[in-house]
Amino acid sequence: MAAVLESLLREEVSVAAAVRWIARSAQSSEDDPGEAAALSSLRPLRKEFVPFLLNFLREQSSRVLPQGPPTPAKAPGSSAALPGRPGGPPRGGRGARSQLFPPTESSSAAAAEAPSARRGGRRRGPGPGRERGGRGPGGLEEGVGGESQLWPGGRRSRGSGSPGSPSLVRSDPPNLSNLEEFPPVGSVPPGPAGTKPSRRINPTPVSEERSLSKPKTCFTSPPINCVPSSQPSVPDTSPWGHGLPPGCRSLQEEREMLRKERSKQLQQSPSTTCATSELGPPLPSWTGNLTAESADPARVSSRQRLELIALVYSSCIAENLVPNLFLELFFVLQLLTARRMVATKDGDLEPSPGAPDSLESPLFQSVHDCVFFAVQVLEHQFQVLSYLDKGTLKLLAENERLLCFSPALQGRLRAAYEGSVAKVSLAMPPSAQAVSFQPETDNRANFSSDRAFHTFKKQRDVFFEVLREWEDRHEEPGWDFEKGLGSRIRAMMGQLSAACSHSHFVRLFQKQLLQMCQSPGGTGGTVLGEAPDVLSMLGADKLGRLRRLQERLVAPQSSGGPCPPPTFPGCQGFFRDFILSASSFQFNQHLMDSLSLKIRELNSLALPQPEPSDEDGESDVDWQGERRQFAMVLLSLRLLAKFLGFVAFLPYRGPEPPPTRELQDSILALRSQVPPALDVRALLQQGLRARRAVLTVPWLVEFLSLADHIVPLLDYYRSIFTVLLHLHRSLVLSKESEGEMCFLNKLLLLAVLGWLFQIPTVPEDLFFLEEGQLDALEVDTVASELGLDGMPVVDQHLLYTCCPYIGELRKLLASWVSGSSGRSGGFVRKITPTTTTGLGAQPPRTSQGLQAQLAQAFFHNQPPSLRRTVEFVAERIGSNCVKHIKATLVADLVRQAESLLQEQLVTQGQDGGDPAQLLEILCSQLCPHGAQALTQGREFCQKKSPGAVRALLPEETPAAVLSSAENIAVGLATEKACTWLSANITALIRREVKAAVSRTLRAQGPEAAARGERRGCSRACEHHAPLPSHLISEIKDVLSLAVGPRDPEEGVSPDHLEQLLGQLGQTLQCRQFLCPPAEQHLAKCSVDLASLLVADHIPVLGPPSPRGLERGQARRLLHVLLSLWKDDFQVPVPLQLLLSPRNVGLLADTRPREWDLLLFLLRELVEKGLMGRTEIEDCLGSLRDAQWPKDFSEELATLFHLFLAEPHRPEPQLRACELVQTNRGTVLAQS
Amino acid sequence: MILTKAQYDEIAQCLVSVPPTRQSLRKLKQRFPSQSQATLLSIFSQEYQSMLAFSCHCITTWLCLSRYLNGVGRNGAAPVLLELANEVDYAPSLMARIILERFLQEHEETPPSKSVINSMLRDPSQIPDGVLANQVYQCIVNDCCYGPLVDCIKHAIGHEHEVLLRDMLLEKNLSFLDEDQLRAKGYDKTPDFILQVPVAVEGHIIHWIESKASFGDECSHQAYLHDQFWSYWNRFGPGLVIYWYGFIQELDCNRERGILLKACFPTDIVTLCHSVA
Repeated sequence: MAAVLESLLREEVSVAAAVRWIARSAQSSEDDPGEAAALSSLRPLRKEFVPFLLNFLREQSSRVLPQGPPTPAKAPGSSAALPGRPGGPPRGGRGARSQLFPPTESSSAAAAEAPSARRGGRRRGPGPGRERGGRGPGGLEEGVGGESQLWPGGRRSRGSGSPGSPSLVRSDPPNLSNLEEFPPVGSVPPGPAGTKPSRRINPTPVSEERSLSKPKTCFTSPPINCVPSSQPSVPDTSPWGHGLPPGCRSLQEEREMLRKERSKQLQQSPSTTCATSELGPPLPSWTGNLTAESADPARVSSRQRLELIALVYSSCIAENLVPNLFLELFFVLQLLTARRMVATKDGDLEPSPGAPDSLESPLFQSVHDCVFFAVQVLEHQFQVLSYLDKGTLKLLAENERLLCFSPALQGRLRAAYEGSVAKVSLAMPPSAQAVSFQPETDNRANFSSDRAFHTFKKQRDVFFEVLREWEDRHEEPGWDFEKGLGSRIRAMMGQLSAACSHSHFVRLFQKQLLQMCQSPGGTGGTVLGEAPDVLSMLGADKLGRLRRLQERLVAPQSSGGPCPPPTFPGCQGFFRDFILSASSFQFNQHLMDSLSLKIRELNSLALPQPEPSDEDGESDVDWQGERRQFAMVLLSLRLLAKFLGFVAFLPYRGPEPPPTRELQDSILALRSQVPPALDVRALLQQGLRARRAVLTVPWLVEFLSLADHIVPLLDYYRSIFTVLLHLHRSLVLSKESEGEMCFLNKLLLLAVLGWLFQIPTVPEDLFFLEEGQLDALEVDTVASELGLDGMPVVDQHLLYTCCPYIGELRKLLASWVSGSSGRSGGFVRKITPTTTTGLGAQPPRTSQGLQAQLAQAFFHNQPPSLRRTVEFVAERIGSNCVKHIKATLVADLVRQAESLLQEQLVTQGQDGGDPAQLLEILCSQLCPHGAQALTQGREFCQKKSPGAVRALLPEETPAAVLSSAENIAVGLATEKACTWLSANITALIRREVKAAVSRTLRAQGPEAAARGERRGCSRACEHHAPLPSHLISEIKDVLSLAVGPRDPEEGVSPDHLEQLLGQLGQTLQCRQFLCPPAEQHLAKCSVDLASLLVADHIPVLGPPSPRGLERGQARRLLHVLLSLWKDDFQVPVPLQLLLSPRNVGLLADTRPREWDLLLFLLRELVEKGLMGRTEIEDCLGSLRDAQWPKDFSEELATLFHLFLAEPHRPEPQLRACELVQTNRGTVLAQS
Repeated sequence: MILTKAQYDEIAQCLVSVPPTRQSLRKLKQRFPSQSQATLLSIFSQEYQSMLAFSCHCITTWLCLSRYLNGVGRNGAAPVLLELANEVDYAPSLMARIILERFLQEHEETPPSKSVINSMLRDPSQIPDGVLANQVYQCIVNDCCYGPLVDCIKHAIGHEHEVLLRDMLLEKNLSFLDEDQLRAKGYDKTPDFILQVPVAVEGHIIHWIESKASFGDECSHQAYLHDQFWSYWNRFGPGLVIYWYGFIQELDCNRERGILLKACFPTDIVTLCHSVA
């Protein structure tokens, strides 16, 4: 491989030819025959060139970047995936690290080692280190992993150990992801061995060049250098600068003294020597001066060579020969912001005069070289840069090195910055709420049994309870999801017995997931409604700032570098943990089914169609809507696919790939039989064919990112990866022709695919291994149709939302400005989308046929909003039509059914026969009327649709277009409504009639009589009557006083009693507040009161009549009661209680007994028709059966005779009797 | 009517081991004249109920029955059962139920069903033993916390306040669905009213209103939160609870989360404006 590079450097081969050679195996006619000859000999090595180049660059730069932010890493943050985390003890010697891309075969000594190392289970090895560059055969003295290599001194000593060794030596890469282990390195020559690493705060460089932003001071940033020498006059603003002589020199001197002092101490105490000192090479001091070297274009060594390699490198990037575009950009920006070259031996620094352009000498001999190279590459990549967000552009444009090396590029960047509108806003969605209850899907009719319905009711509540608790507590230290909620979740899942309940729960789960997590930031804390209140206090102006602040506070400190592993940020964590804690097979299966269905549904959702008048300002408004809708669908799909991937691969996921080949093979054999949870391959192919890759690929990537280690090896998924690799290669950003994908669409796909290729579970060699097969694959696209891919559906906002890791570029640049090494965090922000509203319903699928085609054609040349409007109207009107039919036709039929049933009941007697049979009879009579539904439905749609379309379309819509749109809307609505009606009307009528029948039959039951017909208040009633509760309570008090025990001074005044009964009358006349149970109790209490009156048991207040009410008063009160019973109560009054043994027994206690009131009452009851004579006789008869004192029995018998002796006479005679009765009563009492 | 926790505790302090009778309530009213009777009764009743729930009442029913029988044997007209209940700190109505159950068990072969017992408590005339019927009746009319009459009063109060609330909503021109309509549509949990168009009360959006004709103390509020309010939130979003007889101020802590407490119909209601622009 080096040979290729060498031949390039020797200008035997042109860069263009080389890139052509790399990109396409076949020779192009453009190739010079000489070049072709030179390259064809190297043909077997073709596909190893790019990995070689990348490794070469990483390795060459390793001396420059040790203190930089985390180097591009495949999985720097994934602890589970990093058993061989750098900094731990070296494992397996040199095999412990591998190259960025292990060469397949025969390229170098190290290459032979790499695959075996992989199989040895260390593939998850040191993330960044692996990326940074592989190990070479040189430098045995540093042949141990761990910290020693990370020290620049180690490399220096390598240089000294084998000065003549080829520079292709792969040095062990530093572990740059861990600043604790690898503090910034000074530029001074290595000090004595064993110096203890330390961090210190250094002066912050302040540059006047940063005109676009205010200079900052970062007091707590990790070590950085002194003021750049190009700006020597800038005062030192850091605390370190105070009290020190101006400039850095004295500071350096002081530090040098300190360093020496410390090393002396260390030498005296060997115990403190760190492990790495055993390795032999003298180690450098950390504490040396850490100033960032100023880069000077004039001091660049071997310009030509750098230019050439930059060109090759840029070409590889442009042709998508590198796996991850943004990773390379990140690398280049690291070079741009390199602080200082690690000093090596002087000999190394000087390019060997004999071979200035060969690979024999190091590529980057100074910071100047690095910056020069970086700027060169950036110039080539300007187009991509110009699409980055405004913040990144600003930082780039303000970068003083960039200005220094290429004022032209700086000018272009500044122009791009000023012209950019792509400020990635951090607007958050309004706080999500709970999934609302929808009777159509959630009511009893949707459940198999009452039990299932009620179980689900409880589950919904438990689910939200768990969610609320999670929100409150998940950020508390020491709180654990499983410990806190696990058992509750499992108990709840355990209740989901019926399959139907599972599907209900899954629907709830999925809806809530979409509602809460559409934003990748997953703004955990604010979900349950804190935001609105805070926001209402602030003006709209402050709102953005507040959101940003909140965002920054909520966002994790670091997103894990430019290639973070898949994570479940924010609320997503809840749903993931819920699935894990539930550990329910049924739930997972239902969830997968549901997710798959929703993915299919959204994936095939008709999204904006091409619009000819794209440039109009008018259509701009529409386009915002289109973009918004697209973003919404895309983000939902990604979320759903991520969870589908999570659940689908959950049973297979483990931290490590299978340890042996044999085991792997047997697993493969097993797994290859398992059908995929969702046929993603078919969906991918469809998506590519329909040119909807921009929608399909991002969610597919999310799905695959959660695959386990075996998945990429399975034939099915391997073929998917092959397609994706092919797609990746085809997305050349510079190609912009008719029918090509839009730039940002491509950029999005490149970003997500590049990220996918870096996922730990995706074999790192896959990208290059598959490369050979790519040419054979052709994606069969329907060229005629301009799909989504050709439309500008992606904007910066969506790009950054989907790929927050692109923001790492900004973070890196910002850390250069602030002087931090990028580990201090605070720059990484999660970006949340603004799209929040629910997804629109899927538009109806039109039937086949010419009409449908014509309709399609009609829409083709109209703005997409027209189509959406028509489809929306049709959908709504169709649905309303069904509701209307239910409310009119079906309701009428139900009324008919009720009257038919009444007739039936009258003719057949009360029970009316078997309800099932009744239902059958009714249905057979009524269901035929359902046919009218279609006619009525058609009329409804015909009547309603045009108006709705007219109201929603612009006024200026041409008449012909308008009427066509109306007609189509009518047609679609009718189709929708009639399809539903014809399929369901009979069942619907049946169901409603059934409900009516059971209602009617129930109404026939015993309770119905009790309910009776109820009257309302009179029209003039102002509802000022006393409240029933008050009256019951008052009467209860009287009753309790009467039955005692009572204090001597307690009693009731007769006036109060009268007043009470008056109030009772008012209450009974005003029905506003009266409910049947209250009235029933009032009735019963009034009977009890009457009994107490009859027995003279009411304690009367005041001195005049200490023992009771006067007879006259009692009689008056009884009269009132009788009239209330007769006229005002609408519930049956339990008058028979008046003659219950208990109430009559009250008389037994009074002495002398007075029966006249009872007799009076009985007669009045009969007279008023409240009780029948025979009824009273029956009661009196049964009274005699009870046990009474002898004298009481006798008196009772007399009463009985007296009552019986009453002749059945009409009213006038009864009145005469009354007088007699009084006398008799008195006689009785006296006897 | 909105009491602080301290104010509430002061009242609750006075209720410790006070029998739930008419007389006790009268004394309470004298002690706290500024509180309405309804509020005091509500607090009394709830405090008493939670006291019963938390205290371990190991009432040996057979012992009570024999004491009762002894008592009525001496004097059937004396309030034997009521005094027995007060003596063992137990609600008279509950004591009546226990004795009745036990009594029927001893007199019949099969233990009486719950519905029979309930029916007898509602109408003591059905009790075969005349003396016991009187004793039970006495317990029921003298109990201000338990019993069929108290239940009916509570139910009536609840109903009345729902009607009042409905009138207020109608007066404010706020369209709503009431419980019956919701039930007819098949809602599994039904607040008293769901607003068809949400409104803002004191800056908080509300979708539903629940009327509670009781005092909102800690215990009952927690139970309501768990069984009702959160369930409503889970289905319909944030809402308003009106405790007509007041509540403990400190309980109104879920406003931000979507449960607002009030002791009366709110005055500060903002409705959605249908702007012409």
